[in-house]
Amino acid sequence: MRTTQLFGNAYSFGNLKELFAKANEEKSGDQLAGIAAADAKERMAAKLVLADVTLAEIRNEPLLPADIDEVSRIIEEGVDEPAFSSIASWTVGELREYILHQGTTGRHIERISFGLTSEIIAAVTKLMSNLDLVQAAAKIEVLTTCNTTIGQRGVLASRAQPNHPSDQVPGMLASLYEALSYGIGDAVLGINPVIDSPENVKRLLEATKEVMAKWEIPTQNCVLAHIQTQMQAIRQGAPADMVFQSLAGTEAGNRAFGIDLSLLDEADELIRAQGSSTGANRWYFETGQGSELSSESHAGIDQLTLESRCYGLARKYKPFIVNTVVGFIGPEYLYDSKQVIRAGLEDHFMGKMHLLPMGCDVCYTNHMQTDQNDMDNLGLLLGAAGVNFLIGVPMADDCMLNYQSTSFHDIATLRDVLRRSPAPEFAEWLGKMGIMNQNGLTPSAGDPTLFT
Amino acid sequence: MEDIPRLPTAWRPRSTEGLERLQSSTPARIGVWRAGTRPTTGQMLKFRCDHASAVDAVYSEVSEELLLELGLFTVETQYGNKEIYLKRPDRGRKLTDEAIDTITKKCKLNPQVQIVVSDGLSGSAIEANLTDCYLSLLDSLAVHGLEAGTPFFVKGGRVACMDQIGELLQAEVLVLFIGERPGLVSSSSMSAYMCYRPRFGTVESDRMVISNIHPQGTFPAEAGAYIGDLLHTILQHKASGVKLDSMRK
Repeated sequence: MRTTQLFGNAYSFGNLKELFAKANEEKSGDQLAGIAAADAKERMAAKLVLADVTLAEIRNEPLLPADIDEVSRIIEEGVDEPAFSSIASWTVGELREYILHQGTTGRHIERISFGLTSEIIAAVTKLMSNLDLVQAAAKIEVLTTCNTTIGQRGVLASRAQPNHPSDQVPGMLASLYEALSYGIGDAVLGINPVIDSPENVKRLLEATKEVMAKWEIPTQNCVLAHIQTQMQAIRQGAPADMVFQSLAGTEAGNRAFGIDLSLLDEADELIRAQGSSTGANRWYFETGQGSELSSESHAGIDQLTLESRCYGLARKYKPFIVNTVVGFIGPEYLYDSKQVIRAGLEDHFMGKMHLLPMGCDVCYTNHMQTDQNDMDNLGLLLGAAGVNFLIGVPMADDCMLNYQSTSFHDIATLRDVLRRSPAPEFAEWLGKMGIMNQNGLTPSAGDPTLFT
Repeated sequence: MEDIPRLPTAWRPRSTEGLERLQSSTPARIGVWRAGTRPTTGQMLKFRCDHASAVDAVYSEVSEELLLELGLFTVETQYGNKEIYLKRPDRGRKLTDEAIDTITKKCKLNPQVQIVVSDGLSGSAIEANLTDCYLSLLDSLAVHGLEAGTPFFVKGGRVACMDQIGELLQAEVLVLFIGERPGLVSSSSMSAYMCYRPRFGTVESDRMVISNIHPQGTFPAEAGAYIGDLLHTILQHKASGVKLDSMRK
């Protein structure tokens, strides 16, 4: 039991789980789960108490014990003991100040990162303002290599997402050509299929590989089917540079996605042996606050902490790219623009604190209290925070998944406004193709018939 | 002399014919060109119009005239208001006490086919598609010799409200017409969820759905006829969803 006095009221928190939930900024998902702070004062009381909790206390009071949850086990096994013991006596408030201290560089954060559990990273996130989250994340540079390398300071990479409502290859290629003509596609050419079959996955992987070969594009491909479908396709000889999977922050949540650790391990072995890429990083993970609650596998834990635990799991597989699909889940988890923007910054920071190559699908559905202007804002904030990549969709309107994300135009604009470039090898290719130069897009950029 | 501001010359793709071919291969917004790095004014406003239509659909109401015309009486879930409806899906699954009372009084018990309609996330989807779909479903039920119970409208419903209704009326099979989450392509798209003996504790995999019912997707009248056939099959096999699939294999 932890207690405090505030505004003449006494507040008490029965356990860490309750304290963690109540210390969150307001989220409709925590309210739906019935674990959020009752009002603004109780929220502040929780933050005050949390600021004085030590990192050792958090490690010693697991929210979900490692003997009953394999995600907890992976997080616990990943802790570097010397790194942890050097900071175990710090409070969460002190950890925040260390991260923000001017003398603390990305290298320093990297060193302590191996000693932090996902719950500790979640805890410090709860005490940080939006601008704290931007500044701290911007310190951390995470480079990864699949066929090409992304993540360098000053680089803003992008996923081309050329989805088609019936997986037709010519239609997919049309959107892909449009993407490439705006300089989009350096992180991955990644398609969400409608039909989850090995044959279809193979067909789409082959189609993107052909474009990469024909135009000598330095990037990587991926088809975001269920992991087992991708594995079957790879065993049938499909050229996959990486494998994709959505992750949840609990073992039960992952079971709802149809996966567990042994399946991830098996896929990891397969892509390392039979993947068509050359680099060390061969995974693409997607996450997003609220997925555990939606599959009733949240164990009473708040959605921010569960999201951090996804990153704890992702870290084990050294992914090439990870992104939170922040606004896809709907208003019962993130109600409005304020909550989506906050969650996007939290997720990006927490991912970077796990030393993950974090991107973000800056997105929303039409029943949320938010619109494209809010996505402009979040894109700019994440760009300033050093996000590794964003998602490029034709005019931000995904005609297959029926939601809105960021457009090719948006990414080109963020690169222009924030002085960011595409990944180096891709930038060189764009120069050769006459699509971009030092001044940004050339007059012929934006014309998909460059590739016909 | 000062420079006179000049508009950039109109865009010409390298291949006009090539661009047309690309555009005709996908509904995605491509070949849209740009103003600097930003979308053109026309494209930007078109996008905003489509979003406006989707947002308004979420807040749209089903008209009294339509309900009167189809002879549907109205009950409500515990959704409260639109904001609570969006934040608390659980409330849209529970009927008010008044609704339970009304349904019990007005509806035929143990119906073979119970038809329920709800606005869900798009009242305009019901407004646009229900009549054609509903009337062709009634025809189809007649052809199959199936008997429908007393149909009604549930304001503020979620898909799983069918469980409580199925329980109350002891329905053999239930079909729920409900407005889908609006997209930019269509803000008025309707779904039909079907379930054999929906009761408290029914698992999601027992439900089956025909989605995308609107004039640019599955035609409402065709959907109605197809739903009638499906309900017939469900009743024959006494199962729906994954269970039915495995029996038919």
